[in-house]
Amino acid sequence: MEEVLLPPGAAARLWDKPRERELKNGKLIMIEMINITKTYHIGTIDVPALRGINCHIETGAIAAIVGPSGSGKSTLMNIIGCLDQPSSGQYHLDNIDIAGLSDDDLARIRNQKIGFVFQSYNLLHHADALTNVALPLLYGGVPDRNRQALQALEMVGLADRAHHKPTELSGGQQQRVAIARALVNNPSIILADEPTGSLDTHTSEEIMRIFTNLNKEKGITVIFITHEPDIARYAQKIIHIRDGMVDSDGEVII
Amino acid sequence: MNLTESIRTAFKGLIANKMRSALTMLGIVIGIAAVISLTSIGTGVQASITSQFESMGTNILTIRAGASSSSSGVRGAFGSASTLTLEDSEAIATSENAPAVLRVAPQMSTYSQIVSAESNISAQVIGTTPEYQLIYDLAVASGDFITEREIDARSRSCVLGSTIAATLFPDSEPVGQRVKLGTLQVTVVGVLEEQGGITSVDDSVIIPLTTMQARMTLGRTTSGTHNVQSIVVQAINADEMDAASEQVTAILREQHDILDPTGDSDDFSIINMADMLESLDEVMGILTVFLGLIAGISLIVGGIGIMNIMLVSVTERIREIGIRKAVGAKRRDILLQFLTESAILSLIGGFIGLLAGWLGSLLISNISISGQQIPAAISPDIVVISMAISVAIGLFFGVYPANKASRLNPIEALRHE
Ligand SMILES: Nc1ncnc2c1ncn2[C@@H]1O[C@H](COP(=O)(O)OP(=O)(O)OP(=O)(O)O)[C@@H](O)[C@H]1O
Ligand SMILES: [Mg+2]
Repeated sequence: MEEVLLPPGAAARLWDKPRERELKNGKLIMIEMINITKTYHIGTIDVPALRGINCHIETGAIAAIVGPSGSGKSTLMNIIGCLDQPSSGQYHLDNIDIAGLSDDDLARIRNQKIGFVFQSYNLLHHADALTNVALPLLYGGVPDRNRQALQALEMVGLADRAHHKPTELSGGQQQRVAIARALVNNPSIILADEPTGSLDTHTSEEIMRIFTNLNKEKGITVIFITHEPDIARYAQKIIHIRDGMVDSDGEVII
Repeated sequence: MNLTESIRTAFKGLIANKMRSALTMLGIVIGIAAVISLTSIGTGVQASITSQFESMGTNILTIRAGASSSSSGVRGAFGSASTLTLEDSEAIATSENAPAVLRVAPQMSTYSQIVSAESNISAQVIGTTPEYQLIYDLAVASGDFITEREIDARSRSCVLGSTIAATLFPDSEPVGQRVKLGTLQVTVVGVLEEQGGITSVDDSVIIPLTTMQARMTLGRTTSGTHNVQSIVVQAINADEMDAASEQVTAILREQHDILDPTGDSDDFSIINMADMLESLDEVMGILTVFLGLIAGISLIVGGIGIMNIMLVSVTERIREIGIRKAVGAKRRDILLQFLTESAILSLIGGFIGLLAGWLGSLLISNISISGQQIPAAISPDIVVISMAISVAIGLFFGVYPANKASRLNPIEALRHE
């Protein structure tokens, strides 16, 4: 899989020191962060959004990130998702050292390893569901995109809405399209920033069930941000963030 | 992402914003249409004037009284001095020293009211000799041209140009009928076929030179010779024009007792049709380029329109760019998408402009201004060049917005509202 991911030169650079890390209980690590900081600069003012994050998330886990507004959850999520680079610290995603990768390398990782789900769905308005779902495949240079996109829509139960535009779909349906788009590439990890933030309780539970199914059936690691304790209960592990630092990080006992 | 895919993506993007795309294209459409129609009219007019001049004979010299340059002090207006005579014409025609000269026709002309039984018209009356018909290759539709006998007899006969004949005798055969040229009554002996061209004999009446000198104008100099206004000389072929010109000059200097070899004291001037054609062609070419330049300015304006709209489009679609980047679009993909969009816009715009310009020039060439049609000729060069220019404009003015779009940070783009 790694050979497919990066060009030969980059592969040599990224994989010269394989880090197949295991926890004591024998599980592999998907995400490992050591002392991650992120400081935004607004004019001459420094805004420290993350102030030394240390955490790990196992492969195949479902993890929730919770914390007060402005604590740095989204900032952390963006770094996990390779949408943004940390100001300092070490970050390994599926054994790849993310620090110092070029924009194009990051784009390739986002395309092939990561699926994103946003609170505001972030679908292309003028394109139908199928086209939206096929978008990552387009940039991945995958042939036969529509068939795979349709499969992904089937998985979220929206195959019959393939040619509907986002404006013709309910919020819950739009979010399911977004999930189909996130999973169409067979990613190792799905990241969801408040995926149920705009949905009612019933729809939220439906969405969360899709995530848990994907996790169980395909072994995809799922990380989501939420403000709702009910939703956080779907996670096996909850990471509490406060003021840009991990407050507590532990297994959930259901 | 390969090129076909980015073209497809670009098309989808353009179709999603039909109105905006159409308005952007409009600038290019107008620009290209202007370039095509103006240059095609330019080249068309040039070609038609050239061919008209050529049909008037590229091997014809016209000698006029009076000097062409004012280098030797103040002179009368061009052709005003009555120094050219029938005797000069005969001297050229009969001289042994003019081997390059094929035919010679002296000529006078005046304007007169021409009245027939049915109608009347004001037209040019040309007095000349039978050689005139041969020099200008005038075909006769009915009757005959003026003959040598009529010249000798100063007979009251005339030949009508086709337009004049149709005006004066709309319902009857003109040959044999009488018309009045001012006070002079003449009989129509022939009607010319339609000639076309810019200085056409279609609108003229031709009578024997001698008749005109004797009965219409004060055709005598103080010394008793016969004045003519001009002498038309046909060289044996277009290559002998310069030789003919030199020979004619020598003969006329001898006739007029001019010893000065510099030409400054010449009391006549020779107009060479080939030279005129050449300089006319040059002027027309410049005119066409000039028209093209004016149209080119509108193309640039169209290009700036594209840049403007593409910039707006980038701002409008920042979120879309963010989404595309989040799912794995690289800088190059975004760059290519926006560049292809503007290239497609200008290419389609260019194509529509091409059609519009072509239709426009057809339309204009159908309108006739004072009986003269403006011909249009679309040259393939202009088609290729304008299409290339429109794509180049699309790419050139698309680069800046496209580059701007491709550099956007995915997070900031996604956060954009
Ligand atoms: N682009 C930015 N420029 C400057 N400061 C930023 C930027 N993005 C985030 N911040 C700051 O970083 C801090 C963390 O923001 P973040 O969006 O990560 O919070 P959050 O935990 O996701 O909050 P919420 O629960 O409201 O979504 C905030 O103080 C915010 O003001
Ligand atoms: Mg947030």
